[in-house]
Amino acid sequence: MPLAKRIIPCLDVTAGRVVKGVNFLELRDAGDPVEIAKRYNDQGADELTFLDITASSDDRDLILHVIEAVASQVFIPLTVGGGVRKADDVRRLLNAGADKVSINTTAVSNPEVVEQAASRFGSQAIVVAIDAKATDASNSRWEVFTHGGRRATGLDAVEWALKMQQLGAGEILLTSMDRDGTKIGFNLPLTRAVSDAVDIPVIASGGVGNLQHLVDGVKQGHADAVLAASIFHFGEYSVRQAKEAMHAAGIEVRF
Amino acid sequence: MTQTIAIVDYGMGNLHSVTKAFELVAGDDAKIILTADPAVVASADKVVFPGQGAMPDCMRELNESGLKQAVLDAAASKPFLGICVGAQLLFEHSEEGDMDCLGVFKGKVVKFKPENMIDAQGQKLKVPHMGWNEMFIKQPHPLWAGISDAERFYFVHSYHFAPDSDADTVIESAYPSRFAVAVARDNIFAIQCHPEKSHTPGLQLLKNFVHWKL
Repeated sequence: MPLAKRIIPCLDVTAGRVVKGVNFLELRDAGDPVEIAKRYNDQGADELTFLDITASSDDRDLILHVIEAVASQVFIPLTVGGGVRKADDVRRLLNAGADKVSINTTAVSNPEVVEQAASRFGSQAIVVAIDAKATDASNSRWEVFTHGGRRATGLDAVEWALKMQQLGAGEILLTSMDRDGTKIGFNLPLTRAVSDAVDIPVIASGGVGNLQHLVDGVKQGHADAVLAASIFHFGEYSVRQAKEAMHAAGIEVRF
Repeated sequence: MTQTIAIVDYGMGNLHSVTKAFELVAGDDAKIILTADPAVVASADKVVFPGQGAMPDCMRELNESGLKQAVLDAAASKPFLGICVGAQLLFEHSEEGDMDCLGVFKGKVVKFKPENMIDAQGQKLKVPHMGWNEMFIKQPHPLWAGISDAERFYFVHSYHFAPDSDADTVIESAYPSRFAVAVARDNIFAIQCHPEKSHTPGLQLLKNFVHWKL
């Protein structure tokens, strides 16, 4: 009966093409963004997230064409992240057809960009992405990292999530750096600590290797949505199978 | 002559998706015009009134753009579809910014009450209400033709309209309490969620609007 928990495939895009890789090594061309977006849409994806990993600033605008093309044919919510530095970048992505824009490194270096963007475009359009890593082996406190997980900030992940909510973020995309690429499951204590602390939805990310991990993210991590890349890209599981597994575990999903 | 459907562009939010979705479902049956010109809104056969972001900003932009009267005239005279903040603005008053709205429907726009936001398992329900929720049919309506009871649509909002009476309520959802998500009267249909982002059933609703005959 209640609101469905969401399953969100994540697509890495560079220079207008979707790529996939293992642990960021050996990126391979995985195809046309529109074709891939349509396939996930047909499988029942609840939203799609595009992460622009384009290194060269010359190619930055290509993501706008990707979003325009996808948004003309796929009528589910689209989130775009990567390289957002100012409120005007948010505007350009929204005008291209994105529904939400995810802000990561800039939220730390320039928190007022989150505030400006939320007040100009509404909280519903602003996602803050938080990359967090456990401070010690007890996995009970987590530090925020930026620049793709390379730079420590000294910020506590739970406090940072609350601060972002206060500045107007409408959603948190929470990635565990400890788990990203490991396929051993979400960092559940981290997910739960953040999700229980904030009043806005939290998307769990990082570490999914099988369908039980998605179930655990919702049931134990209290995530409102689960994001995964590799289990879908490499054809191990379809979005439909993921939903069936969550449904079988008593989680509300949309079919 | 092909009918025209005007999508009112008063500077609030992403109108790319709603335009593309209407173009897809209309095909050759309607010309879709995204417009900020009151004269185009006045001459269109049907009008779509979207909206995103904060209500006070939407109301200000509507006033400053000179489109307010054209929107009111359209709401009084021709097939009219309000979406999200565009639907909320049709009510009398909003808690968001404590401001008066257009007053086409009796009632006000209120925030989800934090003390109510617990689900049956005792888990906290988040605000914004974001994601796919069920649509329960309260009254049959031509725009809901071909859409099943309890079909899911995509929502993203922190405030919702609360009509004074349920006489005009067509569709309800639950989060966790039941609340009105679509109201309709004569030529007007207003919906809280985003049909342009709700895949097959959402596109069906837009298609029904294209073919709606009063």
